[in-house]
Amino acid sequence: MASEKRELLYHSVCLEEGDCKGCTTCMRYCPTQAIRVQNGKAKIIREKCIDCGECVRRCPYHAKRVVSDNFYTLKSFKHNIALVAPAFCGQFSKVTNIDLILTGLKKIGFDDVFEVARGAEVITAKTKEILAEKNHEGPYISSACPAVVRLIAVKFPSLSDMVIPLTSPMEAAAQMARREAMEKTGLEDDEIGVFFISPCPAKVTAVKQPLALDKSSVSGVIPVKDVYMKLVHALKSVDKIEKLSVSGKDGIRWARSGGETEALGIKNYIAVDGIHNVIKMLEELEDEKLNNIEFIEALACTSGCTGGPLNVENEFVANSRIRNLTEHLEKGEAKGENLSLMWDKKVEYEPFSPLDTDINKALTKMQQLEEIYARLPQLDCGSCGSPSCRDFAEDIVRGKAQERDCIFRLREKIEVLAKEIEELGKMIKE
Amino acid sequence: MANSSVKLHYEVADNDFTVAGEASGAVKKVLRQLGFPSDVIRRVAVSMYECEINMVIHANGGHIDVEITPDKIRMVHTDKGPGIKDIGQAMQKGFSTANEEVRQLGFGAGMGLPNMQRYTDEMKITTEIGKGTVVDMTVYVNKF
Ligand SMILES: Nc1ncnc2c1ncn2[C@@H]1O[C@H](COP(=O)(O)OP(=O)(O)OP(=O)(O)O)[C@@H](O)[C@H]1O
Ligand code: SF4
Ligand code: SF4
Ligand SMILES: [Mg+2]
Repeated sequence: MASEKRELLYHSVCLEEGDCKGCTTCMRYCPTQAIRVQNGKAKIIREKCIDCGECVRRCPYHAKRVVSDNFYTLKSFKHNIALVAPAFCGQFSKVTNIDLILTGLKKIGFDDVFEVARGAEVITAKTKEILAEKNHEGPYISSACPAVVRLIAVKFPSLSDMVIPLTSPMEAAAQMARREAMEKTGLEDDEIGVFFISPCPAKVTAVKQPLALDKSSVSGVIPVKDVYMKLVHALKSVDKIEKLSVSGKDGIRWARSGGETEALGIKNYIAVDGIHNVIKMLEELEDEKLNNIEFIEALACTSGCTGGPLNVENEFVANSRIRNLTEHLEKGEAKGENLSLMWDKKVEYEPFSPLDTDINKALTKMQQLEEIYARLPQLDCGSCGSPSCRDFAEDIVRGKAQERDCIFRLREKIEVLAKEIEELGKMIKE
Repeated sequence: MANSSVKLHYEVADNDFTVAGEASGAVKKVLRQLGFPSDVIRRVAVSMYECEINMVIHANGGHIDVEITPDKIRMVHTDKGPGIKDIGQAMQKGFSTANEEVRQLGFGAGMGLPNMQRYTDEMKITTEIGKGTVVDMTVYVNKF
């Protein structure tokens, strides 16, 4: 069954139990209601999690972690390339030149650099071709954000055919970088390490277990924040800036929400960012409330990839910097011949498991759920450990929680008991 | 085994566009939890939303009763609005009595009722001028 398969899915987001205080903050913000606080710890329900990183961003104690690669992994390869996403360039104050950042990366362990913006330019061109063919009704949805593609796979099956079946700029760039490196160095494919410097856990997951590709061309993923400190130090000792940046405005503007669509030059579009906003938008699309829209750019992070939870800089500041860094650039049109840009397979619909696989039993459980819900205070206070009273009622029906976990219901029960004891006490006296 | 069913009831507030769509949104969630095919969920959601919004725009709100059984979903929308003068005319694509204000909000294309007809398997309208309207729609699960 689909849900059993999802249990086995790789997840980059996990809980560091020791640091979790059970405060319920992450639970309240998780867009797919994937978190429950049990015995004082915020556990993630694996089949529901889409690795969007919202909980990583929200946890006041930094107990939600992202499992990724580190600089040691570079040792497994003879030649290492850093894949630099456009959002990365907005992380540094005082840096007025992309080449400085790229040169600096070659001082902290990478043999070469490759801009993901070039991959974005290639994907832009390919997307234009697909949009021109237009072989279905309704708008196309960008597949750039892996958290959104996963969200659609678990929650919006009727929209899955609208998703553009193209690989990400990161994958396109990885293929290009590999090819270039093989030519330059004469090394074999497996001797070359291609490392993506990631703003988000969703990209880590997209590399470790791609949804629509048989295998990723990226060897490993290192979080922006892990590269940042090393690089800031290294930047101070750069004496000669190499001319390394070749990408244009169109690729780099993908860093922020709306950038992809601007590069495409589409008129009737929606650019939505922030995972909760994305869900609202997709619900409306599913209900056919959006008319005359050709393209939907949906990014899980507010402001786009600059808002990724593994970044260092505030997304608004980063966007402003990127604007300044790209002001003087040409549009940019990277050539991407003979790359494999289409998905290898369709993304399967993998819904959260229903109350029961037998519809009659599911309906009976739904009746129970409604009855339980009617008894609850409907305050969505979260102290039971479920995100809302409705989710709590569902957890009870699924056998994962008990009604007495609700402090209001518990208090009612205690009051009844107290009265009974009082009555009994009177009877003894008499 | 006798077929189980779930009955849901929703009140639809008068003239409040901000909450219109709440009932259809809630039903959508329930149908997902029950594991209905996505196509069925979408047909129910679209037709129910159109009907809900009609109650808000044309009929001062009302209430909706939904009954879910394994093989069909029935939605009965009841209002105490002005009623519909000519159902045949109202059912025509493009016919609308929506005022300018409502059109400004993007409604009033006259596509609601035709879409409801298209997405449901059965649809019955009972109406009386000055008394109100009942729109009774059913979506079958195995019928495509
Ligand atoms: N519940 C109702 N009570 C009274 N009149 C109604 C009701 N539902 C529909 N009507 C009438 O039928 C007409 C057609 O309805 P329909 O839903 O097809 O179009 P609309 O609501 O005007 O526009 P749209 O649905 O495209 O926004 C309405 O303009 C209205 O005059
Ligand atoms: S990563 Fe996103 S979906 Fe997963 S538990 Fe955290 S907030 Fe929820
Ligand atoms: S918006 Fe960008 S940074 Fe955020 S999850 Fe999606 S791909 Fe990652
Ligand atoms: Mg209507």
